[in-house]
Amino acid sequence: MINYIVRRLFILPLVLFGLSILIFGMLMALNPIERAALYITSIPRNPEAIQAVIDKYGLNKPIYVQYWNWLDKVFHGDLGWSKTAGMPVVQAIKTYFPATLELALWSFIPIIVIGTWLGIQAAIHHDQFIDQAARVFSIVGYSFPTFVFGLLVLMIFYANLRWFPPGRLSDWASAIVYSPAFHQYTGMNTVDALLNLRLDIFVDALRHLFLPALTLSYVSWALILRVARSSMLEVIQQDYIRAARAKGAPERRVINHHARPNAMIPVATIGGLLLVGLLNGVVITETVFNYHGMGLFAATAALNFDAVSILGVALLAGVLLVFANLVVDVLYSYLDPRIRLK
Amino acid sequence: MDDTATQKTFQAEIYAEPMPPRERVPRWVKALVRNPVSIAGTLLVIFFIVLAILAPVLAPPPIPSLPYQIPRDGFEAEPKPPGPGEPLGTTQGQYDIYYGIIWGTRTAFKIGLIVTGVTVLIGGTLGAVSGYVGGWVDDVIQRIVEVFLAFPFLLAALTLATILGGKIQNGLITGMIALIAFGWPTYARLIRGDVLSVKEREYVLAAKALGEPGWRILMRHVVPNAMYSLLVVASLDVGTYVLTFAALSFLGLGAGVGYADWGQLLSFARNWIPTLNSYWWIVVYPGLALLLFVLAFNLIGDAFRDALDPKMGGFRG
Repeated sequence: MINYIVRRLFILPLVLFGLSILIFGMLMALNPIERAALYITSIPRNPEAIQAVIDKYGLNKPIYVQYWNWLDKVFHGDLGWSKTAGMPVVQAIKTYFPATLELALWSFIPIIVIGTWLGIQAAIHHDQFIDQAARVFSIVGYSFPTFVFGLLVLMIFYANLRWFPPGRLSDWASAIVYSPAFHQYTGMNTVDALLNLRLDIFVDALRHLFLPALTLSYVSWALILRVARSSMLEVIQQDYIRAARAKGAPERRVINHHARPNAMIPVATIGGLLLVGLLNGVVITETVFNYHGMGLFAATAALNFDAVSILGVALLAGVLLVFANLVVDVLYSYLDPRIRLK
Repeated sequence: MDDTATQKTFQAEIYAEPMPPRERVPRWVKALVRNPVSIAGTLLVIFFIVLAILAPVLAPPPIPSLPYQIPRDGFEAEPKPPGPGEPLGTTQGQYDIYYGIIWGTRTAFKIGLIVTGVTVLIGGTLGAVSGYVGGWVDDVIQRIVEVFLAFPFLLAALTLATILGGKIQNGLITGMIALIAFGWPTYARLIRGDVLSVKEREYVLAAKALGEPGWRILMRHVVPNAMYSLLVVASLDVGTYVLTFAALSFLGLGAGVGYADWGQLLSFARNWIPTLNSYWWIVVYPGLALLLFVLAFNLIGDAFRDALDPKMGGFRG
């Protein structure tokens, strides 16, 4: 076990190095003037001043020198100036990340709960109506373009029924949240509202979160459902389940007590994939719902050809994913001893 | 008999040896043909192919040299409901939705086929070399694959499209390059596994013993036998690529304004969200086209996965 973790940790710097090379490589595809945004907040208009900036920051030095300079800045928490947000990229990410985290957390719970429940029901009723229905639901789910789904729910629940508005907060609520009386502990509105004992703001934040969380999770239910179903199908064919049935254990107990814990192993370890889905999903979902988080920041930056900002987000997403995969692998080998022995 | 002659006879014997007897129609093909899910998917794909072929008949372009430019009926912002002349209505800027959907089918196939084709070529080549050569080449390529897979696909494509956007004005091309750049690693990994198993087979050893050069063994014996699952997986990924490209267009990075592309048509809806219920046709029709297209490929893919999965024991009935 320890051996396995050590081996995985050994590869980690290698992958992170590759990641930095890839990001830096994309950065180098920009011309020196565009890359100046890494160092200064506004690019001067006259050509000599531009040249002075290029010379000063060594933007036409050999590639390995530039790579080193860049890496040095990254390690010191400097990813350049974001013209989209009008602040340093790192600060912009700090501002927007809690919003995205909040959305992801609120999507995560229904994904796991509903996804596994549906998957297990489908497996227990293999090839019966529930299984077929769950299957259609799941295929349609992962075929549904996130933005079409988002626009449709907005059409029904906002434009028509006025139940769930887009954005993050209503005007009255954001006036309170951004006033000095309200202490922002985490940047996540639902959590902060509870900590400030403002139930009205909590409800308002939840109303704004409902549709984007639904949109973000709908596509991922399909994934969890599928994994839970096939893993459960495999488990209930095992000998020890037959043994449990043979000794007369009630079916309910066989499913809940003997089969489900083992069937949950692949579900528990699918976190890495789920995170990819969520990170992809937030770009579209936050854009459709005008929800000010990292995804919308990335999409807006893309439209402004603000490469420095979007590369910052990509770097963060890449690093997050690498660590998530590490955790998932270790968790997997912990939950399923067979993996370790290989 | 001298050595070359022996070798010739031996070679002739190997090549003359008939294929091992196998079922004429494999069981999983039978399962696939009988499965209603895959039939529905296939019918949908055929429907879209017909739509794409008949595009000039169904929606004759007003300017024959620019068929992908959606015709406009005026310049007002407010979308017009379905009516005579525009059977599915117009979207913002009076772009004809019906025309956009019909010619958008061609765009979808174009994007899907080009991206899949190039991705398979790059991923397949690198993966095959990686698996066949092995050693440090394999290590290097696999680490590169890992790095590329460390990015969420859409975010990675968005990033690259942004960077290329400053250089290449054609959003169609930047979008496709972005999808290809981050799409190949999956295929490289897939074919590598198959190459690893195929290269241990007797016929490859025989070819080696005959002294055939490495690249020739790879191209003639290994790749043709290992690319099977790659081709299946890739052809079903057409839907995913079209979906991701549509997402890029929706965000404003793929196809330009007025180009017959479903994602681009849908992007207009972003400006009408508070009153979307009065303009439902600007979301429902292009959204349905995109959903059905992606669904078609996923339906076939789903049936394939079950049919090829020995654990599921094929399909019942």
